[in-house]
Amino acid sequence: MPGRDGRPDPELLLRRCEAEEKHARRGRLKVFLGYASGVGKSFTMFDEGRRRRQRGQDVVVGALQNGKTQESDSLTAALEVIPMQVRNGKSCVDVDAILRRCPASCMIDGLASDNPEGCHNRYRWQDVEVLLDAGISVIGTINLQYIAEYREQVREITGKQWSETVPLFFIQSADEIEIVDAPADEALRHAGEAQIRREHQLKALRELALLAAADVVDRQLESYLECAGIPFQWGTQERILVCITPRSDASEMIASGERNARRFHAELFVVYVKQPGLVPEDQARLERNLDIARDAGAQVANLPAGDPVDAILLFAEQHGITQVFIGHTQRTGWWNELRGSPVDRLIRRAESFDVQVFPH
Amino acid sequence: MKGRLRVYLGYAAGVGKTYQMLVDAHHMQQEARDVVIGYFEPHGRVDTIAQTAGLETVPCRVIEYRGTTFEEMDTDAILRRAPQVCVVDEFAHTNVPGSAREKRWQDVMVLIDSGIDVLTTLNIQHLESLNDHVFQFTGVHVRETIPDWVVKQASEVVMVDLTPGALMNRLRRGVVYAPEKAQRALQSFFREPALAALREMALRQTAHQLDIPEPLAGPEAAGHAGPRNDSGGSRHERLLLHITADPATAALIRRGRRVADYLQADCIAVAIERSENLAAEEASRLKQHLEFARNLHIETRLLEGEDAADALVNFATANKVTQIFVARPARTPWTAAFGRSLVQRVVRGARTMRVTIVADRKKRVDG
Repeated sequence: MPGRDGRPDPELLLRRCEAEEKHARRGRLKVFLGYASGVGKSFTMFDEGRRRRQRGQDVVVGALQNGKTQESDSLTAALEVIPMQVRNGKSCVDVDAILRRCPASCMIDGLASDNPEGCHNRYRWQDVEVLLDAGISVIGTINLQYIAEYREQVREITGKQWSETVPLFFIQSADEIEIVDAPADEALRHAGEAQIRREHQLKALRELALLAAADVVDRQLESYLECAGIPFQWGTQERILVCITPRSDASEMIASGERNARRFHAELFVVYVKQPGLVPEDQARLERNLDIARDAGAQVANLPAGDPVDAILLFAEQHGITQVFIGHTQRTGWWNELRGSPVDRLIRRAESFDVQVFPH
Repeated sequence: MKGRLRVYLGYAAGVGKTYQMLVDAHHMQQEARDVVIGYFEPHGRVDTIAQTAGLETVPCRVIEYRGTTFEEMDTDAILRRAPQVCVVDEFAHTNVPGSAREKRWQDVMVLIDSGIDVLTTLNIQHLESLNDHVFQFTGVHVRETIPDWVVKQASEVVMVDLTPGALMNRLRRGVVYAPEKAQRALQSFFREPALAALREMALRQTAHQLDIPEPLAGPEAAGHAGPRNDSGGSRHERLLLHITADPATAALIRRGRRVADYLQADCIAVAIERSENLAAEEASRLKQHLEFARNLHIETRLLEGEDAADALVNFATANKVTQIFVARPARTPWTAAFGRSLVQRVVRGARTMRVTIVADRKKRVDG
């Protein structure tokens, strides 16, 4: 985050340099993300492997999945495969064999797998970390339902829960993530009859996978802009800021903010400006409203005392806000007439976000 | 029965939209469907051209314009050929003057209406409602745009993805453009932050296209409605856009349209005419803005009134509007605080409605 004067923090730059150095030695991770089996992740990955080989890159296959389509089989036939180990009837990646072979890149079809007993690591994604640390680049495939943080949402859609998962931070650590998208009927065409799910389930999963990929891309965009010292505003992710005061009935504004956040797949923030000497009744109302906000999934913050317009503008800039919701009172005093009410002043200075004014 | 429309959506040239479309066309042919290519733009890309082998192509129509010949899709010939599936590259293309229709998407609609399924390609920067966002990240005002409602007609939108790094490699290897053009592209449009932003827009747009509409009068609506509103429609939004000759109006219309789409809201646009005549230039801009709104499927009205704020609020009240959209006022001198601006007067007048002041989004991100 750049400082208030717009210059990047030197501490941060140092840490970034160190991270970049470490990064230069490490292998690169590329992830193909899909929303269901049959959309063509494995095919896309192996096709890329074939093209890389044609360009003279040293590429091997480190993990294969059973029951792949003929198309994938014919692709892997032309690639060097390092056989998987079988322990207790379960296959796992032969990490030592890959390290000895030391290719430039290794393809892992299916990143989410619990290793059988006797392996170095408990999970396959930890095997991948070992390969990356050894300077080997890894290309892998995964379906949305195998990302731990999305498991609950997937269960809500499908009623099923997958036990073998990969943590989200591992996916977010990928240098590149690519979504393999296909209409739901394509996924149904390739899937066995037992796997055929209702179309709207697949649609919902597909939407979730696209949004998950968009979030990863958004983080990358944020870091590009941050490196260049550009304020992170007017990105493509909507971010809604609801400004409440202790004396207002904020429940309508918060409900409206929640609805917009849901429809836009936006982030929701609810803030209030600290005021000294609140009467107990106002304090209680404020607490109630903040509870409602938290229940609505909002991130709640209090802004420092002082000019509320300055505080809101600064918060909006730091958080890349695209829509500000604010209440407007019909009361006008002589001071407001002279200087313009806080709402008027906010509107005048709001260059990069929309202001939605609620009547009170 | 109408044909089905499938759009292959990408975030830049060279991500592989046309290639993916042709691969799928082959699959359909293998499933014994009657597939033809109605229009294909080779761009000299070897792998993509190879994918057209084995698919029948309906020859283009040659049109002469100002001494040069152009090739456009021959919609009539395709209708006579009557295939089950037709491949049409570059959905946002503008036909050369003298063609039967101005835009290729209009040709595609003709094919769809006659029951032909169409596969087509589109880059995200051509979507009308994202025009201002695209400018911010690329510095390019894309002129060849396609209204959102046209893309909404698609039964499927497929995201064709490629990471910006891989795309830039393709460009450097000369897969996408000839070397000289590739160099220029890498220096302007094909910079990593711009590509990341466009890619995020494409991902979100594809997700939005899959959004399952919310029931309008769900149990929540009944709970919130109370005695004031027992029709069950309390959550249904109606947006009113205020159209003026101010150039910021174009961004206001795009933003209003986008918000209406996301909120599944009705959207009306009004301009208020005073009895004193506008300068000719302003009048023509106002007309352009009204036409632009209609092109985006927004109903427009022309009202008469001496006071714009009063006319706006009265119309909004009479038409059960829930949100009024106005442009942010241009910076006014300090003393203007004494005389109230239109925005201030609308905010004070709208006692039951919300007022949204739309930012003009003129700033550019230079990364």
